[in-house]
Amino acid sequence: MSTATLQGSVNFDVSAAVGASMTAGHALTEKVDGIRHVENPKLSLRKLNFFYGKFQGLYDINMNIPACQVTALIGPSGCGKSTLLRTLNRIYDLYPGQRAEGEIIMDGCNLLEKGRDVNLLRAKIGMVFQKPTPFPMSIYDNIAFGVKLYEKLSKAQMDERVEWALRKAALWDEVKDKLKQSGTALSGGQQQRLCIARSIAVKPEVILFDEPTSALDPISTLKIEELINELKTEFTVVIVTHNMQQAARVSDYTAFMYLGRLVEYDHTSIIFTKPGKKETEDYITGRFG
Amino acid sequence: MSLERSLRGLALGDFAFRAITLLFAFLVLLLLAGIIIMLVQGAMPAFKAFGWDFITNETWDPVRDDYGAWAPIVGTVVAALIAMLIGLPLSFGISIFITEMAPQWLKRPVGTAVELLAAVPSIIYGMWGLFFFAPFFAKHVQPLLVASLGDVPLLGALFQMPITGGSSGVSVLTAGIVLAIMIVPFMAAVMRDVFEVVPSVLRESAYGMGATTWEVIRNVVLPYTKVGVVGGIMLGLGRALGETMAVTFVIGNASKLPTSLLEPGNTIAAKLANEFNEADGLQMDALIAMGLILFAITFVVLLLSKLLLMRLTLTQEGQKT
Amino acid sequence: MELYTRRRLLNRINLTASLLTTILALSFLVWIIAVLFIKGFSAIHWGLFTEMTPPPGAQGGGLANALVGSLMLTIAAILIGTPIGILAGTYLAEYGKYGLFSEIVRTINDVLLSAPSIIIGVFVYELIVIRQGHYSGWAGAVALAIIVIPVVLRTTENMLKLVPIHMREAAAALGAPRWKVIVQVVYKAAVAGIVTGVLLATARITGETAPLLFTALNNQFWSTDMNGPLANLPVVIFQFAMSPYDDWRELAWAAALLITVLVLGMNILTRTLLRDRK
Repeated sequence: MSTATLQGSVNFDVSAAVGASMTAGHALTEKVDGIRHVENPKLSLRKLNFFYGKFQGLYDINMNIPACQVTALIGPSGCGKSTLLRTLNRIYDLYPGQRAEGEIIMDGCNLLEKGRDVNLLRAKIGMVFQKPTPFPMSIYDNIAFGVKLYEKLSKAQMDERVEWALRKAALWDEVKDKLKQSGTALSGGQQQRLCIARSIAVKPEVILFDEPTSALDPISTLKIEELINELKTEFTVVIVTHNMQQAARVSDYTAFMYLGRLVEYDHTSIIFTKPGKKETEDYITGRFG
Repeated sequence: MSLERSLRGLALGDFAFRAITLLFAFLVLLLLAGIIIMLVQGAMPAFKAFGWDFITNETWDPVRDDYGAWAPIVGTVVAALIAMLIGLPLSFGISIFITEMAPQWLKRPVGTAVELLAAVPSIIYGMWGLFFFAPFFAKHVQPLLVASLGDVPLLGALFQMPITGGSSGVSVLTAGIVLAIMIVPFMAAVMRDVFEVVPSVLRESAYGMGATTWEVIRNVVLPYTKVGVVGGIMLGLGRALGETMAVTFVIGNASKLPTSLLEPGNTIAAKLANEFNEADGLQMDALIAMGLILFAITFVVLLLSKLLLMRLTLTQEGQKT
Repeated sequence: MELYTRRRLLNRINLTASLLTTILALSFLVWIIAVLFIKGFSAIHWGLFTEMTPPPGAQGGGLANALVGSLMLTIAAILIGTPIGILAGTYLAEYGKYGLFSEIVRTINDVLLSAPSIIIGVFVYELIVIRQGHYSGWAGAVALAIIVIPVVLRTTENMLKLVPIHMREAAAALGAPRWKVIVQVVYKAAVAGIVTGVLLATARITGETAPLLFTALNNQFWSTDMNGPLANLPVVIFQFAMSPYDDWRELAWAAALLITVLVLGMNILTRTLLRDRK
């Protein structure tokens, strides 16, 4: 917890320096809509609404996502958990007709502000998808791709960065002799770890996981879960999963969503042992969803 | 600092790349506009000189500088119609054979052969037509046609031996047949693709009720793909109308309107191929005007076929949901 | 029972008819290919690749200048047409998927795809030959490029659409701007398909004759000057086959065989490329 506090205070300084519309310091301690307050939020969601054209996908989400912790989003399919994840790095911007209203505050700045550079934002908030998506290039180039976008590194520095990212993703030993081979030739689990390494290599502050193991076998799943646990020492992690055991195993905080609303949000241990709301309990115990 | 610069570079790159792709997409529009403008511009003097009569005028007389497009227009349409009349049943038969009859091991080779034949350059069909088919036709088929159909009232007029003797075999009918053989692989490939979109559930349920293969084709496959088949036919028609090389060798390049199918005739494309380089002045303008007419005809045929094929995909999507 | 017999009979008749038409059509096509190969092979000799096309009445001769001319025309046409087709196809697949403008471009592309090729010859004649005052290799290359564009555009659009949307999202999620996503990731994923389109277009223009008649024309002599008339195989075939000289006709058959083998070879190559992808 000490590293987390440290990081939080650093963030606090930065955010205090930048005067956002709602000061971050105020948001930190305020208890919003009965949702449990978080000491050092990395991301603060305020009255977040989301629309697919005319259809509303999210309703008034208020939520503080803690720094250097793993936060899981669970709920039945169609509840908006993936939608919520996709607002955090504004990947929805790729599609005309999709829009978000409200505020997502990171380091004192509203991510949803007009005129924000979404590419830079996405370099700070990485994302790993449901299906492994290695690019059709070598393992090395897969990782170098994102790094080259914003940093000019020498060959030696780049080699170092690639190794660092692959080690972080626990893939180095398996691929160190075949960095020039195509990333698409790896197994499914390796591909997914390659994608994680690719995200880490950019040195983001937050990593989003969108059901990262639903396409993988149990052994690969276990590896990825261990990995997520290690990542939280340096990164803020948000994971969407439809697998409740997974949420219980990997996360520190869990948010239960239903029909586009945030129903309950608390320590994972509390959500899974004594949930406060009936819907949460029904879902956890498998009565629907 | 450098981060900001690279950011601006990236945003600029995004704008520039989008603009370039848009520019080239726009260029495609310009290309068509350019073709139409150039053709209209080149054709103007001819239309000014002859008015609408240009289309219905039969004469083509470079000496008196009097030009009309009627003979090549009729030749183009007649040759294409003959090609469709012969090519349609042939390509239909092939596509039925491939999709419904052939044993599995034969499907692919025949299908591939047909597709490859569709890629053979049309000039090859023209050469074969000139050196092999036309003499064969003159020697064996022509006398037969004259003897059997020549005396039939009305229809017989189309099958009179030309006065010149017709020993070379070049004629409107020959051109139509060569065209037919050229478009058969193309149409068969299109029709096969169309037939293959029929869901196997439909076929199986009809077979399950005891229907024969023909009944399945007649009552399930054809109704389901009707629109697509017509679209494919129109594509073939468009090709037949605009084809140059397969026709030029065997049509005979006659400047007057033939009265019999066994006489030499002309099509717009063949006339252009034969005379364009030697023409100047009003003759050149008249040739360009014919080109414009040909372009207009194929344009309309293509739009029709596109509309029909669009309706096929629409009905398919409608059935899916 | 009688009804059943009639149904079976009808089935028999129609299927037999279908089989017969298939056999008839295929036998015609076999006839053509057989003639081409027999006539062509007997006319092929080494001199074809070293000697110039002969003047009227002269003995022997080859196709060297026409081969080189055709190669130059094809390369130039591909170099002009491919970038235009790829970039325009990129716009349709990546930026303007649904707009009215894109729908119009698509329709017009189909019009260009099936426009009579001789009309394109007439267009380029007016656009370039008249202005330049003489026939030229460049005019021929432009005419062929106009045939290349719609083929490449359409395959590019289709192939880009096959690239999974996840791939674009994953690249964008790393902070890559749209154009880098397209150029560095999407193109790489679709490269086999795009190459297929270019190969198909090359096959198509290799045998095209009509658009060259009024543009590149022909040149009896050795010339690599794209600013002047340029010899090329299709027009040589046309002129020589229509001539009264037996030597010329032999050369025409040889050229016809060369062209067909090239075209079929490229088609088979594209098929294997596509199959590997699957």
